[in-house]
Amino acid sequence: MSELTLLLIRLAFLAVLWFFVIAAVGVIRTDLFGSRTAPAGPRKGVKPAKPVAKPKSKKGEPRQLVVTGGPLQGTTINLTETPITIGRANDATLVVSDDYASSRHARLFPQDGQWIVEDLGSTNGTYLDRSKVTRPTPVPLGVPIRVGKTVIELRK
Amino acid sequence: MSEVAAEPVPMPAKRRGAQLVMLALAVLVVMGAYANVGLAMDGAIPSGMLTYGLSLGGLMLAAYLVLAKFAPWADPLILPLVTLINGLGLVMIFRLSESDSNLPSARLASPNSQLMWTLVGIVLFSVTLIFLRDHRALQRLTYTAGALGLILLVSPLIPFLGQEINGARIWIGIPGLGQLQPAEFAKLALVIFFAGYLVAKRDVLALAGRRLLFIDLPRARDLGPVLITWGVSLGVLVMQKDLGSSLLLFGTFIALLYIATQRVSWVIIGILLFAGGAVLAGLVFDHVQQRFEVFLNPSDPELFDRVGGSAQLMQGLFAMGSGGILGTGLGQGHPELIPLAFSDFIFAATGEELGLTGLMALLMLYALVVQRGLRTSLAARDPFSKLLAGGLSFILAWQVFIIVGGVTNLIPLTGLVTPFMSQGGSALLANWILIALLVRMSDAARKPPPQAIQNEGMTQVFQR
Repeated sequence: MSELTLLLIRLAFLAVLWFFVIAAVGVIRTDLFGSRTAPAGPRKGVKPAKPVAKPKSKKGEPRQLVVTGGPLQGTTINLTETPITIGRANDATLVVSDDYASSRHARLFPQDGQWIVEDLGSTNGTYLDRSKVTRPTPVPLGVPIRVGKTVIELRK
Repeated sequence: MSEVAAEPVPMPAKRRGAQLVMLALAVLVVMGAYANVGLAMDGAIPSGMLTYGLSLGGLMLAAYLVLAKFAPWADPLILPLVTLINGLGLVMIFRLSESDSNLPSARLASPNSQLMWTLVGIVLFSVTLIFLRDHRALQRLTYTAGALGLILLVSPLIPFLGQEINGARIWIGIPGLGQLQPAEFAKLALVIFFAGYLVAKRDVLALAGRRLLFIDLPRARDLGPVLITWGVSLGVLVMQKDLGSSLLLFGTFIALLYIATQRVSWVIIGILLFAGGAVLAGLVFDHVQQRFEVFLNPSDPELFDRVGGSAQLMQGLFAMGSGGILGTGLGQGHPELIPLAFSDFIFAATGEELGLTGLMALLMLYALVVQRGLRTSLAARDPFSKLLAGGLSFILAWQVFIIVGGVTNLIPLTGLVTPFMSQGGSALLANWILIALLVRMSDAARKPPPQAIQNEGMTQVFQR
């Protein structure tokens, strides 16, 4: 084996090693620059039909639920059509371990393009901004909802 | 209206395809490394390349299938990254065993047994994924895990069972099977314990006491848990002469305490306690003192010649030095000259052959695994998984830091394995279980929220 071949193999191997690292970073790019990929629905071939199929989604609609305070701070949940439950129970979407929260504390659900917060008979109540939620109330973007020590808000 | 705006709410994709491609790429890189070793050492592609490559590929395919079936939403990168690290370790051990010198590093390197342990590791990975459907079951085992961890930690001290090898009493002999390092498994159990314990107690521990300069000190009466862990880790240091595990254990506890309470004061208290303990131990115990002398003055000829002196550290440094930026090339250096090149010093051996460029890539691989773990922790929806994922990724990063720092003489050298690379079954198995736990939690964190089927009445049925 000639020196030159070995040198080339060596350089090629290092290049491939770094290619792998860069490819890995490429896979998680969505993590860093927000997710633009949305293959949850039909794939590429069907794409042009989609705007017609889903005419009701508007630009101002919230896309994410972000925990902005409390022990779970930093967690985000992507909003779909399904309701989100908050509480201490293990089957809640957002499980809070907090002495001030009830096991089924509050529920968030979409209705006519709006998200509604509803208190599920919790002991300490659910607060939208400063006011106590007594009946299902629409949640505007960026307004804090307080459940025990946890604060969440909806974001685009 | 643009397409983006009209698209339904973004969901994290499963990205199984990306995972398969990356996995195949990882296996190909490893096969390329084998071929490189063979070409450089014998001028021909080694006969074992296909055997090794195909068995590694087959193993990873099996792991992939299990993952796709039982944790479909799991992070797509964890498995390929770990595969590549594990494969590079296999190649280095293979390369050491091929060198025709009669040095212990060449004689004791056994690529076949390491491949066998990788197989067992993958089996344990799959078993963990198949049987642990909900990682929150572990929260119920908090105190069991704590007790188990402590028992595993002290088990080498039990007469007849424990064995002392190379001056550290960290092994237990299993008749007919060989030795096992229970501390490797103990660290997993202890992370589970710390996470479960801190979920329950964090509110108390986060209470602020007196304020000193810029930090809120915790109340004196809340120091108990820290002092106990400190005592245990010092006990490990003194009784088992195992500096690495001691540092690993205490560091992980402090990190979890910080994640749970978000108080810098705990980190400062932890560092002060450990530094105090280490200095004290250095004054009282010979073996700790020796490590410090070697650390401070490795190139001293007298220390170099002493038994248990700085020879191995210096050989590692020489090796990395001769590797330089681009390395000597796989199979073209002399990593067999480093004592323990197949275990503690595999990082230095890799550094000689792949150079700084290769080492940086390797560290990037570790960093990416840790990043995925911390990302999982951030996305997790319940406090226990947040702490557990954070703790497991921290322990991996901490372990890499301790051994790489030791080998490069940034910190005193302690005998720890390089995760997934060093030859040795216990560590490999424990780390594969750790990865299975991370995969399980990332699956739970990335899965879309459970679908609620709404009936007309008040009842909600949750479908998972």
